[in-house]
Amino acid sequence: MHDKSIAQLASGLRAGEFSSVDLTQAFLDRIEQYDGALNSFITIAEQAALKSAEAADRRLRTGKATLLTGIPIAHKDIFCTDGVKTSCGSRMLDHFIAPYDATVVTRFDQAGAVMLGKTNMDEFAMGSSNETSYYGPVHNPWDQESVPGGSSGGSAAAVAARLCVAATGTDTGGSIRQPAALCGLTGLKPTYGRVSRYGMIAFASSLDQGGSLTRSAADAAAMLQVMAGFDPRDSTSAERPVPDYGAALEDEIAGLRIGLPKEYFGEGLDPAVARSVEQAIDEYRRLGAEVKKISLPNSALAIPTYYVVAPAECSSNLARFDGVRFGHRCDDPKDLEELYKRSRGEGFGAEVKRRILIGTYALSAGYYDAYYLKAQQIRKLISDDFRSAFEQVDVVMGPTAPGTAFGIGEKADDPVTMYLSDTYTIAVNLAGLPAVSIPVAPVGGKPVGLQIIGDYFQESRLLNMAHRYQQVTDWHLAMPEMQDLG
Amino acid sequence: MPLDRSDVEKIAHLARLAVSESELDAVAGDLSNILDLVEQMDSADTVGVTPMAHPLHMAQRLREDRVTETDQRERFQSIAPATENGLYLVPQVIE
Repeated sequence: MHDKSIAQLASGLRAGEFSSVDLTQAFLDRIEQYDGALNSFITIAEQAALKSAEAADRRLRTGKATLLTGIPIAHKDIFCTDGVKTSCGSRMLDHFIAPYDATVVTRFDQAGAVMLGKTNMDEFAMGSSNETSYYGPVHNPWDQESVPGGSSGGSAAAVAARLCVAATGTDTGGSIRQPAALCGLTGLKPTYGRVSRYGMIAFASSLDQGGSLTRSAADAAAMLQVMAGFDPRDSTSAERPVPDYGAALEDEIAGLRIGLPKEYFGEGLDPAVARSVEQAIDEYRRLGAEVKKISLPNSALAIPTYYVVAPAECSSNLARFDGVRFGHRCDDPKDLEELYKRSRGEGFGAEVKRRILIGTYALSAGYYDAYYLKAQQIRKLISDDFRSAFEQVDVVMGPTAPGTAFGIGEKADDPVTMYLSDTYTIAVNLAGLPAVSIPVAPVGGKPVGLQIIGDYFQESRLLNMAHRYQQVTDWHLAMPEMQDLG
Repeated sequence: MPLDRSDVEKIAHLARLAVSESELDAVAGDLSNILDLVEQMDSADTVGVTPMAHPLHMAQRLREDRVTETDQRERFQSIAPATENGLYLVPQVIE
């Protein structure tokens, strides 16, 4: 049961081959068996999950079920869940029970999906390896000595190990796509504004976007169908109709133009990863797509620009964690200033502190023009690069990450080296574009991701391109051999 | 641009973030390395480029001025570290 797609499970539920309670119990058992070794969940909501499964079974009998009704999923622990702890991977929120649900959570509830629990993540989504979590690192199911990527590392490891059917994630600089690449999954980051940010704990508000980690493009289409849509509670939510994402999956891709930016195949890219990505592009040629070399000349500036914009927004967003209204408070502060400083000093981990400090510095008097204004101007240049590219091609392709999953601890002591793992994903967030990472031929037994970037609101096109590739290859069906270490 | 201990102390104060004495040097080193990375931005010619604050060109939506949220003070304060009579408690600020 654990290896079936959403569509297969939905039809099994309708045919009465198994109930949602059976399915939910089967996944809870797998979590019990394997997650001791992986650490992909922060909270397992066993009782609530079984209760929603019973409700789903009743709903399935009424004929008013959706594709997701009764399907066990997991939410990244950045989405607020009423009554279930939402930690954001931080000591700051170790005891935080949100008094409301995120819109994404509400939508999955309304669709009848079953939430198994909340997945581990880099603290406040700041990291590319899941090592900054207060709850400890997550282990990659393909190689337990390696990281799963981050920040949605728990969601990626849980889906790859078949501990849930699919999971939500968030992507501020690559946090869905990079773990999807490192764990052999399909990771979709929709256009900025497509999925509501209400109740999704904010890191960098002009970059953050919710999405999914799934085993296939078809599953990603099913997840996006639930998540996407206008939300009056999110001031940057896009007021646009939501297409039927499943309908375009089978569309012909012959004649579509794929752009390969020369900047994505240069120095810093593991040659074996490059070969694997090029093989995948050959597959697209065989499917009739036209492949063209293009240039995104400002690509090298994406990381420097991001490390101004994201910390600046983070320093402002995380000001709300002050030990007064919710979250960690230090013991016996002598005055209000000490209450703020010590509560924050104790509640936040090292990476979060670094980013708050960089952001505070970049926004401080006298430095604003040199850092923040300059970064916003380069952001425009990066966005214009994509604008010109999409005048020549339908999608842009390249590697998702410069290498395969690296060892736990390997880059943990060097923030700048860690930042470079997002070198191909960050520009997409700065521009606000949609992109998907799909698994292609592995290297040395470890997964490799191909990134497909589309123009604004072209999620259907991306899922179509991903699905056509998955129809002629089976990398997305590969499953890690799990050792029972639970 | 390299930052030293006293720079970190100043920034940490602005951010209302406690950084212990023993961490100051390491933090100064890390922040300096990040700023070295950031300074690659200087290679870009941005004269006359309009800054982009947001990915989508959208105007701020307005809504009708009417009450949409209900009073949930007790519920929201139930997760606060310290409250009294519906107020949040902090150390005394006025002598």
